[in-house]
Amino acid sequence: MNSELRTMQAHWDLHYEHSIGPTASRFFNEIEANKKIMGKKCPSCDRVLLPPRSFCDRCYVETTDWVEIGGQGVIEAFTLVYQAFKGLPDPPYALAYVLLDGADTAMAGFIRGLDLSDHRQALSKINIGRRVKVAFAEERKGSVLDFWFELL
Amino acid sequence: MRRVAIVGVGQTKYQSRRDDCSYDELVFEAVNRAFEGVDLTIKDVQAMVFSLAPDSLSGLSNAERCCVGAIGAQDKPFMRVNTGGSTGISAVQVGFYHVASGAFDVVLVAGADRVGESGDAQTILNKMWDPYYERPLPLNAINMLALSAVRYMHKYGMTEEHMALVTVKDRRNAAKNPYAHIRKPATVEEVMASRVISWPIKLFDACPQSSGGCAIILCSEEWVRKVTARPAWIQGVGHHSETYFMGDRMGPKRINDHADAEAKGQAIRKAYRMAGIEDPRREIQVAELYAPFSNTEYHAIDAAGFFPKGESLKLMEKGFFNLDGEIPINPSGGVLCSNPIAVTAMVRVGEAALQVMGSAGERQVPGARKALATGNGGDHQFFGAVIVGSEKN
Repeated sequence: MNSELRTMQAHWDLHYEHSIGPTASRFFNEIEANKKIMGKKCPSCDRVLLPPRSFCDRCYVETTDWVEIGGQGVIEAFTLVYQAFKGLPDPPYALAYVLLDGADTAMAGFIRGLDLSDHRQALSKINIGRRVKVAFAEERKGSVLDFWFELL
Repeated sequence: MRRVAIVGVGQTKYQSRRDDCSYDELVFEAVNRAFEGVDLTIKDVQAMVFSLAPDSLSGLSNAERCCVGAIGAQDKPFMRVNTGGSTGISAVQVGFYHVASGAFDVVLVAGADRVGESGDAQTILNKMWDPYYERPLPLNAINMLALSAVRYMHKYGMTEEHMALVTVKDRRNAAKNPYAHIRKPATVEEVMASRVISWPIKLFDACPQSSGGCAIILCSEEWVRKVTARPAWIQGVGHHSETYFMGDRMGPKRINDHADAEAKGQAIRKAYRMAGIEDPRREIQVAELYAPFSNTEYHAIDAAGFFPKGESLKLMEKGFFNLDGEIPINPSGGVLCSNPIAVTAMVRVGEAALQVMGSAGERQVPGARKALATGNGGDHQFFGAVIVGSEKN
């Protein structure tokens, strides 16, 4: 009897069309048409949530007013990625969470315009507390990739 | 609630691949090992809890289905638990409540993962982020905790060398654990020279993608005496959750800080209260803290409340957390040396139980009477804690 171990190949290839609801829809509509970043305010704790959500998870109430968020902010956290992952963008890239002026929660985005060829060099230019500005793509598709952050 | 004890722990060797067995055979192997030395058979088990994280890690949709036989659950109550990385400790807690409530006397908690079969764990884990607000960026478990590391550095002064010390300690411990995936010791210099994955996390600061299984048998007090001389009593359990969005843990209006593991601390404190523990530094002799990247062992130690936050850095330098230190952390080598995701947090409970049973072999902490185990899951979001003891509380 042949007892050589065998393995079998498998592959998943799936597609989804996600509903994103009225709040995220408006957020992306404003970015695509007007290059505006909009947050949503909780009437109970007064936090301006960015990305905007239809309810506040802290107060468990619906958010009400839309608030236009400023085009600058401060880095709350960042990382420099040098490893490739299948299906994800080619490295290197810098990611950051930025507290934009007028928002009370930080939003994730790429940091562009930072030379990442040497991570030690790059680290001398980026830090928590560093101010950044928002930049928008010329051609926008209604995605978080329509905007990114640049160091000021 | 009734008293509950762990009477059996089964583990397989953790490694990248197990080509000598199928997925359900891996579960079967772990379950059989849990019964070794315990005066019980599968026929005595009244209910089963299956520990299984995201399906796509093992590549089997609803793999609990194919394991009903491997866990011996035909004609018996069976449920699957999934809280991501914390799945294993959540499953143990479900089993605990099954017995503590009086519903069942003997419960088996088991599962397996084979993360190495895809090898694309981070591509899979990226899919847990919000599909429209965050997934394209692209977040994954490594950069999620690199972001935490950078905040921890900013807040407490952690350096890359501090991170390397954790790897050195955990690797040294893993060399004594026959089940560990990575058992090769490393030096600070080797960690520092390893390639950058997501700064400040480098290759040697990161856990492997492991395949392997784990099983734990839980019994009510009246059964414990009949089946084992060395039970590990579950003295306390706690579970706590954190916000969906990481960015909500930043900025002046945050409640918790993404630098820390404050929800983990809340889970641990709940378990301490239940166990009647008031001074964990004096009362806990060993801890198995879920820490998949070297930096996260620091905020995990902080969350355990042994010392004020941030002091873990200089105490690590002094060897406080070594196997022969004041409070050994991760004598098994921890998640940093083995990460079969679906059962990783169950392994923490199993290793803590082995310590208080006095059955931890070369990695045994002498005189361990009470041990803490924790698990983390989701976007650093779900946290479980379990206290086990050699005596009833």
